[in-house]
Amino acid sequence: MSLDSKIPSGPLEKKWDDYKSHIKLVNPANKRKYTIIVIGTGLAGGSASATLAELGYNVKTFCFQDSPRRAHSIAAQGGINAAKNYQNDGDSVYRLFYDTIKGGDFRAREANVYRLAQVSANIIDQCVAQGVPFAREYGGHLDNRSFGGAQVSRTFYAKGQTGQQLLLGAYSSLSRQIGLGNVKMYPRTEMVDLVVIDGHAKGVIIRDLVTGKISVHAGDAVVLASGGYGNVFYLSTNAKGSNVTATFRAYKKGAFFANPCYTQIHPTCIPVSGDHQSKLTLMSESLRNDGRIWVPKKQGDTRNPADIPESERDYYLERKYPSYGNLCPRDIASRSAKEVCDAGFGVGPGGQGVYLDFSSAIQRLGEHTIAERYGNLFQMYEQITGENPYKVPMRIYPAVHYTMGGLWVDYNLMSNLPGLFVIGEANFSDHGANRLGASALMQGLADGYFVLPYTIGNYLAEVGFGKTPSVDHAEFKKAETDVNEQTNKLLSIKGKRTVDSFHKELGKLMWNNCGMARDEKSLKEALTKIPQIREEFWKNVNVPGSGTELNQSLEKAGRVADFLEFGELLCLDALTREESCGGHFRTEHQMEDGEAKRDDNKFCHATAWEWKGSGTKPVEHREHLEFENIKLATRSYK
Amino acid sequence: MDLKLKVWRQKNSKEKGKIVNYDAKGVSPDMSFLEMLDVVNEELIVKGDDPIAFEHDCREGICGSCNIMINGEAHGPLPGVTTCQLHMRSFKDGDTIYLEPWRAKAFPVIKDLVVDRSAFDRVIQSGGFVSINTGGAPDANALPIPKKDADVAMDAATCIGCGACVASCKNASAMLFVSAKVSHLALLPQGQVEKKERVKNMVNAMDKEGFGNCTNQYECEAACPKDIKRDFIRVLNKEFILS
Repeated sequence: MSLDSKIPSGPLEKKWDDYKSHIKLVNPANKRKYTIIVIGTGLAGGSASATLAELGYNVKTFCFQDSPRRAHSIAAQGGINAAKNYQNDGDSVYRLFYDTIKGGDFRAREANVYRLAQVSANIIDQCVAQGVPFAREYGGHLDNRSFGGAQVSRTFYAKGQTGQQLLLGAYSSLSRQIGLGNVKMYPRTEMVDLVVIDGHAKGVIIRDLVTGKISVHAGDAVVLASGGYGNVFYLSTNAKGSNVTATFRAYKKGAFFANPCYTQIHPTCIPVSGDHQSKLTLMSESLRNDGRIWVPKKQGDTRNPADIPESERDYYLERKYPSYGNLCPRDIASRSAKEVCDAGFGVGPGGQGVYLDFSSAIQRLGEHTIAERYGNLFQMYEQITGENPYKVPMRIYPAVHYTMGGLWVDYNLMSNLPGLFVIGEANFSDHGANRLGASALMQGLADGYFVLPYTIGNYLAEVGFGKTPSVDHAEFKKAETDVNEQTNKLLSIKGKRTVDSFHKELGKLMWNNCGMARDEKSLKEALTKIPQIREEFWKNVNVPGSGTELNQSLEKAGRVADFLEFGELLCLDALTREESCGGHFRTEHQMEDGEAKRDDNKFCHATAWEWKGSGTKPVEHREHLEFENIKLATRSYK
Repeated sequence: MDLKLKVWRQKNSKEKGKIVNYDAKGVSPDMSFLEMLDVVNEELIVKGDDPIAFEHDCREGICGSCNIMINGEAHGPLPGVTTCQLHMRSFKDGDTIYLEPWRAKAFPVIKDLVVDRSAFDRVIQSGGFVSINTGGAPDANALPIPKKDADVAMDAATCIGCGACVASCKNASAMLFVSAKVSHLALLPQGQVEKKERVKNMVNAMDKEGFGNCTNQYECEAACPKDIKRDFIRVLNKEFILS
């Protein structure tokens, strides 16, 4: 099967406008005859649900949290990029496009990224109109700051709560549509299967998390906005409930999974404190604007940081990357931290940490300004570590944060399964092998507010209305039976180990063998061990309780079962991609100075995997990436 | 350290609940409160018992999912901190800790420590928004907003909707929650057009859900993990009278 990206012809800067002018439209009176199912209520799913309902479609939206307001987008702190050039510092749509392509190590699709940069400016307008309280200058205009991977100030922010404020903006639009009866909202539910009829996605199977009741929902299109899969590593900055189930089960129904090996390790997290650790806490990347990262020049130096004089500190990012310094992209900052810690220069218990020091910024700007910029982050840090970062430098270490891989989609954000659209972090398309700071929020909202509402109309107009299948269709029955069988099986094993113990075991293996650095040996080892863990899981897991009540162990068990298969796919993808790029670092493929070594001749493509059944190797498909407007260059931040 | 837990166990919304005793042994001061519960739950599962159900998600203090009355205080003893960000260094060896769900008629218990807070969503659905459709918004800088106003609106918008204000109020009043949203939008030019309708609709929805009235004791402010100020209740009252 060939992968057709359906990129419109014509010059890059005109593609999206031309496309919008020529797509098929659905007559307003007919829109209400279509039902669209949306999974997830983060920035992508929330904004898409609200917008589709505004347009007149019937929308059914599902989220596993108790309220759509709690989707994990809410935890994003730092900001959202937009090519507004309000600062008059040389920003433009092209420059945002260029930075994003380069930041993603030339592994993203040009046309998608250009469109993202184009609509970025509309996002800010939209959010301000909703009442999102972005930071302001004294003149009343919007304030901007800079973020990793960029040399211009294009990041809009709302204190350290940008994700929260943007999500509450989308949530308020969604709430308005729920109130008007245009969106039927189903909180505390999860999608457990996708229903495909005649090759088109036509519905979903939903489990009610409170009653355990399985229900079937038919629609004319399904939109997955279910986020990323970082929790395959167990410890990550993702919310505990974030999971791969919706996208993975769609994969098992024929949707291709692209580039799963692209996982982003975020450089500024609070280091692990012990085995009890359940998740890692991210400190916003915006801290790198004013914080300087360093380690002692002497190995194993356990002196109080204040006692280490300037001359004995190694500001390694400023030394290695003089033009970007502490603002170099995330993959580079993360790997550099790992290198200095592996070499014995790390600080804090276990030596797995580096300093993020605000003392010179406090001297220059005063404590008040620093408190205004990062106050809540400093508070949070103190709460977790018991140390006051105004007085002693923070300690940070990299942690799994975001996943650039996801279901393969074309320019319409439609997967290879017609009628299945995938938006936000759940798809693979816009960030390539690495995501720049403040770009996740941008993509979520771009997809949901401004891209999908056009492209889905084109599909629906082609399919026509009145084609919604009946939920009595055999495919619904079959999927429902499969789901019930899995639940019964999980409850009947009654083994000796908890679900979490399997998740932790898998996570540790993934982090050690397929984390910040991978090689052939570690990946092959993981590929041997994951099936063993999986086998034991299905023999020895203990899921207490029943399937007809709120059962958090059962919820987790279904998700961990998927991670146990998905982890294998991730490692296989990492093994197949014999190069280093962005968040994917193969130690066999590095320059003499330790920088990532890309192989554009062999790997300038997206890899999309096709499920072939349990225990059978998936089939690899490739979408060659054409760079017509940007010359492929070695990524340098020096 | 070793702790004694007294936990509210309730199978579902229909059955009666009761306090059950558990031991939490070998608790590290670095654990978060929820990590301590994770450890207790792992032991319960291995023993064949039903683990304690509690709500949580981001564990970064921002999603507003986590909600436990800890020794009678919403989110526990520290000001400005959610349950997930409360660490065990705030307790000492040998302590007895009571864990209960939010108590309010409008927040019925679903199981153990998990309650249904969908009443908050319905209050927002009644008018907690600016009615703007997607696309066609004017340029963001075409609407300058004084920094002071934007900052105060931001302080109000910081509410995470966790419900601690309701849980800590003897009348289970939702005034702090509602006032935060009303103030956020009333302070910004975008919110002016629907200002009067918004406050009327939200107050009506709040009453309909069974939340009580404010008697100015400000337990809500004391319990709020995001330091939402009681001043916003004054703004709410003013807006309501003006409407």
